[in-house]
Amino acid sequence: MNAPVGTIAAIATPHIDWPIIAPVIALFAAALVVVVLRATLRTQPDLVRRLSVAVTFVGLATSGAFVINEWRIVNDSKAACAALHQACYVTFSGAIAVDGLTVFVQAVILIATALGVLLALGYLRREELETPEYLVLLLLCATGMLVMAHANDLILIFVALEVFSIALYILAAFDRRRAESQEAGLKYFVLGAFSSAIFLYGIALTYGATGTTSLAGFSSGNGAHDGIAQYLAANPGGKHGLLLAGFALLLVGLGFKVSAAPFHMWTPDVYQGSPTPVTAFMAAATKVAAFAAFLRIFAGSLVAFSSDWRPIVYVLAVASLLVGTIAAAVQTDVKRMLAYSSISHAGYVLIGVQVATAGSSGDALPGTQAALFYLLVYALMAIGAFGVVQVVNHRGDTHHSLSDYKGLSRRAPLLAWLLTLFLLAQAGVPFTGGFVAKFVVFRAAVDAGQYQLMLIALLASVIGAFVYLRVVVAMYAVSDDDAAEATTVAAEDRSGKGGRMRLDLGSGIALAVASVGVVVLGVLPSWFLDVAHQATQLLAQR
Amino acid sequence: MIGAVTNPMFEARTFASFPPVLVTMILVPLFGALVTLAMPRRRTEYARIAGYVASMATLGMAVFLLLNFDKQTHGYQFADSHAWIKLLGIHFTFGIDGISLFMVMLTALLFPIGLLASAHVSNPKTFTAWMLVLEAAMIGVFTARDLIAFFVFFEIVLVPMYFLIAGWGHGNNVYAATKFFLFTTAGSAFLFVGILTVGYLYHKATGHWTFDAGTLTQWVAAKNHISSVTAKLLFCAFAVSFAVKVPLFPLHTWLPDAHTEAPTAGSVVLAGVMLKMGTYGFLRFAIPMFPKAAVYFAPLLLTLSVIGIVYGAIVATMQPDLKRLIAYSSVAHLGFVVMGTFALTTQGIQGGLFTMVSHGLTTGALFLLVGMLYDRRHTRKIADFGGLWKAVPILSGLFLAATFASIGLPGFSGFVGEFTSLLGTFVTRRWWAVVATSGVIIAAVYLLWAYQRAFTGEPEGDNATIAEIGFREAATVVPLLALSLFLGFYPKPLFDRSEVAVKDLMAHVATNAGYHEPAPPSVSSAQGSSAQGSSAQGSGAQGSTATTSTGSGAGK
Repeated sequence: MNAPVGTIAAIATPHIDWPIIAPVIALFAAALVVVVLRATLRTQPDLVRRLSVAVTFVGLATSGAFVINEWRIVNDSKAACAALHQACYVTFSGAIAVDGLTVFVQAVILIATALGVLLALGYLRREELETPEYLVLLLLCATGMLVMAHANDLILIFVALEVFSIALYILAAFDRRRAESQEAGLKYFVLGAFSSAIFLYGIALTYGATGTTSLAGFSSGNGAHDGIAQYLAANPGGKHGLLLAGFALLLVGLGFKVSAAPFHMWTPDVYQGSPTPVTAFMAAATKVAAFAAFLRIFAGSLVAFSSDWRPIVYVLAVASLLVGTIAAAVQTDVKRMLAYSSISHAGYVLIGVQVATAGSSGDALPGTQAALFYLLVYALMAIGAFGVVQVVNHRGDTHHSLSDYKGLSRRAPLLAWLLTLFLLAQAGVPFTGGFVAKFVVFRAAVDAGQYQLMLIALLASVIGAFVYLRVVVAMYAVSDDDAAEATTVAAEDRSGKGGRMRLDLGSGIALAVASVGVVVLGVLPSWFLDVAHQATQLLAQR
Repeated sequence: MIGAVTNPMFEARTFASFPPVLVTMILVPLFGALVTLAMPRRRTEYARIAGYVASMATLGMAVFLLLNFDKQTHGYQFADSHAWIKLLGIHFTFGIDGISLFMVMLTALLFPIGLLASAHVSNPKTFTAWMLVLEAAMIGVFTARDLIAFFVFFEIVLVPMYFLIAGWGHGNNVYAATKFFLFTTAGSAFLFVGILTVGYLYHKATGHWTFDAGTLTQWVAAKNHISSVTAKLLFCAFAVSFAVKVPLFPLHTWLPDAHTEAPTAGSVVLAGVMLKMGTYGFLRFAIPMFPKAAVYFAPLLLTLSVIGIVYGAIVATMQPDLKRLIAYSSVAHLGFVVMGTFALTTQGIQGGLFTMVSHGLTTGALFLLVGMLYDRRHTRKIADFGGLWKAVPILSGLFLAATFASIGLPGFSGFVGEFTSLLGTFVTRRWWAVVATSGVIIAAVYLLWAYQRAFTGEPEGDNATIAEIGFREAATVVPLLALSLFLGFYPKPLFDRSEVAVKDLMAHVATNAGYHEPAPPSVSSAQGSSAQGSSAQGSGAQGSTATTSTGSGAGK
C-alpha cells in the first residue's frame, strides 16, 4: 500500500501452497499430457484416442481427490478465519482464497466437466469429430474455471475468465463443417471479447478508486495488505463515482458470462449453434464459475456497497426471469428453448445473489446457500436436458425442432422419461432437485423481505411450467395424424435414413448420473443443503 | 399466545404410531408402482395384478385405520414424523383426525375401483404405475401435517394426473391436461407464497424454522401475532389455491375439460378425491390458520359457492355430452361443500364433509357408468342414446340409482350431506341457503332429463344391441352405490367420527376470531347424528366450549 515514491520494494516471491492449487495443476497436467500424446504418437490415432480419454478421467479424478483434500484444509482453518474476520485461507500473496465457496464450486465444475466429457465421447464419434483436441480444450476450460473458483484478485479472475472463455470459443466452433457452429463460435468470441474488455475496464476503474485489485486482502510476513473490502470499510465515503462506475462495468462483464438479461443476447444463438455436448457443458459449468466470481466480488467484497448494487442485481434478476421464461414460451426449437430457460435459471440464482448480504436470520447467508445449491441442481438439470437433446437430434446435430420430439415416448420411451424428468425438475416439481432449489431461493428472498422478487419468480415459474410442458406434451400426447408421422420417422430411424437415434454408453452414464442426482437432490437434499450451508459460512464475507 | 386456550386439535403427539400405518399407506402404492414398471411388457396382466394388490393392500390399511380410529380422541391419531430437510425444519409429519379420515378412506376406496374399471386401457403397465403414484400422493395430501410436505404432495399430484389425462384421455385431451396443469400450478404458486410467508413470520418472531401445521396454526391464528391485513392477504393466497382446486366459480373453467377428456378412472379420481383437496385445504389450513380472515371473507366465499351451485346446475342442464354434464354437476355439488364449510357452523361443516364423501361415491359411480356406455358406443352424446332401459335393464337400473343418489334423493348419502350443509347454512346465512336450495331442484331437472333422453323410449340401431353390464363392471359400481345407500340410511358412523374434529375446529375459530356459531335450531335433533352428538357434547373438554357457543348464540 502507498509505497513511498522512488523506492522499489523488494519483490517477495510468494510461498507456493501446493495442496491449494493441486486440483488446478492436476487438470492442467492432464491437458498437457493429452497434447503431448497427440504430438508424439501421431501414427497410432486409435491408441491416442483411448489414452487421452483415460488421461482425462484420471486427471478429473485426481483433481476431485485434491478438492476433497481442500475441503479438509478449509475446515481445519475454520476457527482461525472466524477470528480474523477475513478470507479463510488466503495464499499466493493474496491472489488465491480458499473457503467453502471455492470447494463447493470446484466440485460442481468437476462434476459438470466429467459429465460433459461423457456426453461428448459418443457425440464426437457420431459426428466424426473425434480428436483429442476436444478433450484438451475441455480440460483447459475446466482449469480456468477452477482458477476462477480460487481467485481472490480481480486480475486473477480476469485471467481465469479468459482461459476458460477462449477454450469455449473454440469449442463452440468445434464442428467445422456446420455453419451454425462456426457462427456460434464467432458470435460468442466477438461478444465475449467485448464483455471481457468491459470487465477489464471495470477492474481498472476499481483499482483507480481503491488502489488495489485484491478482493479480501491478506496478511503476510510484511503485515496486512488491504483488499477492496478493507478499503471500503476504512473509507466509507471515498471516491464513490469511480468505484460505482467500476463495479457497474464488472457487473456487465459478469452478467454477460452468466447470461443474465439484458446481456443474454448471445445465449440462444450460441447455445443453439454449438455442438450439443459443448452447450451442455457451457450451460452448466460456465454459469457456475461465473457465479462464483459474482458472489465473491459482490457478496464478498462489496458488502459495504450492497445498497448500490443490490437494486441493479434486482433488475437483472427480474429481467432474466421474465425474458427467459417468456421468450422460452414461444420457441419452437428445443435447444433454443432450453437456452432461454437457462437465462431464467440465471435469474433464480441472481435472486440468491441479490439477497446474499441481506440475511436477517441467525443461520447466516441463506442467499448464498440458495445460490450455491441452485447452481448444483441447475448443472445437473441442464446437462441432463441437453444430454437428451444431443441423443435425440440425430447425426448432424440438426433435429431440434419441437416437431422432432413428437411421439418420442413411442420411439424412445427411456429418453422421453429422462427428458420429462429433467424438464419437470426445471419446472420445479416436488421430489426433484428443482423444487428444493427453488424453495431455498424463495425462502432466502422472503427471509430478506424481498416479497416482490419472490412473487415475480413465482410468476416466472408458473409460465416456466407451461414452457416445459409444451415439450412434454409433444413427446407424450400424439393425435392419430402425429402417430402416423411418428411411425414414419421411426421407420426412417430404423432404415438409417437421417441418422439413427442411439444412446451410446458415455451419454447413458452421464444421463443416469444426472437423473439420479436430480432425484436424490429432490428427495434427500438435507446433506447437500448442509454442505452448501457450510460453504457459505466459510465464505470470505467481511 | 397470551390468554389463548390451547386447542387439543393441534396438540402435537410425541409418540410415533406403531405400526406406522400412514407412511406405509403412502409407500405401498409407490412400491407397487415400481413393481408394476418392472413387470414384463408382454404380460400386461401381471402389471394389472400388481396394481390391484397394491391398491387393495392400501384399502386394507384404510379399513384398519377406520376400525382403530378412536372417535373420542382430540387431535391427530396414528401420528408419525420423519425429518426431511432439517435445516429448514421440514418434516414429513403424518397424522389423521376425523376430517382427514374419510378423505383417506375415499381415496383408498376409489383407486382399486378405478383400476378395476380400466382393465382394457392401452399400455396398462404405465397406466397402473401412474395411478399408484397418484394414490400415494393423494394419501400424502390428506395425511400430511407439515405445510411443506402438504404442498409437496399437493403439487406432485398434478404430474400423474397430467399424464393420465394426456396419455389415456379422449378427444382434446392434451389441451385439457395442459389447462388443468397450468390452472392448478398457478393456484399452487399462491399457496407456496402463503406457506413460505407464514413460515418466515414465525421464524422472525421465534428464531427458528418450522412448517409444522399444528405449531404454525396455533401461532398464526392467535391474536396479535400477525396484523389483520397480513392475515387477510395470506388467507387469500391459501384460498385462491384451494378455490382453483375445488373449483369455485369463476375458477372452475379447467374442470369440465379435464373431467370430460380424462379416461374413466381419471375422471373418477378427479371428481372423487382430487377436488376434495381444495375443500379439505380450506378446512384443514385456511380456516384454522386465519379464522378471523375466514369469518371476514365468508360472505364472499358463500356467494361464490352459491353462484357455483346455481350456475353449475344450469350449465349442466344444457350439456349435450353426458360426461360434461356430470362434470358441471360436480361444480354444483362442490358448491354445497364450500357453502357448508363457510357457513361456519358445526352442522354446515359436517354437512360439507359428508357431501365430500357422498359426492365421491355418487359421481364416481356416474362416471364409471358413463365410461361403460362410452366403451360400448364410443360416444357420450345424450342424443346418440335412447331406449337403453329396454336394451340393458341392469345397467340402466344402476344408472338410475346413481342418478338418484347424485340428485340427493332421501335414502341416499347425497340427501344427508346436502340437507345438513343447507341446514347449517340456513342458521347463519338464511338467504344463501334459500338460493342454494334451488340447486337441488335443478339437479333433479338436469339428471332426470338426461336420463329420460338416454334411457327411456324405444332403442334403435346400435342402442338396441349393446351389451349388458358385466360382472367386473358391476363390481366397480355396486360398492359405491351400496355405500351411498348405507350412509344415506345410517350416516352416524361418519358424523360420529368427524364430530370431535369439527367441534374442535369451531372452538378454535371461536377462541381466536371471537366468532360464535349460533345455537343449532331444534329441527336438527331429527338428524340421525345429533342425538349421538349431544351426548358427545356432554363429555370431555368440549362440553364447556359447546355450552359457551350455545349461550352466546342464544344471547343474540
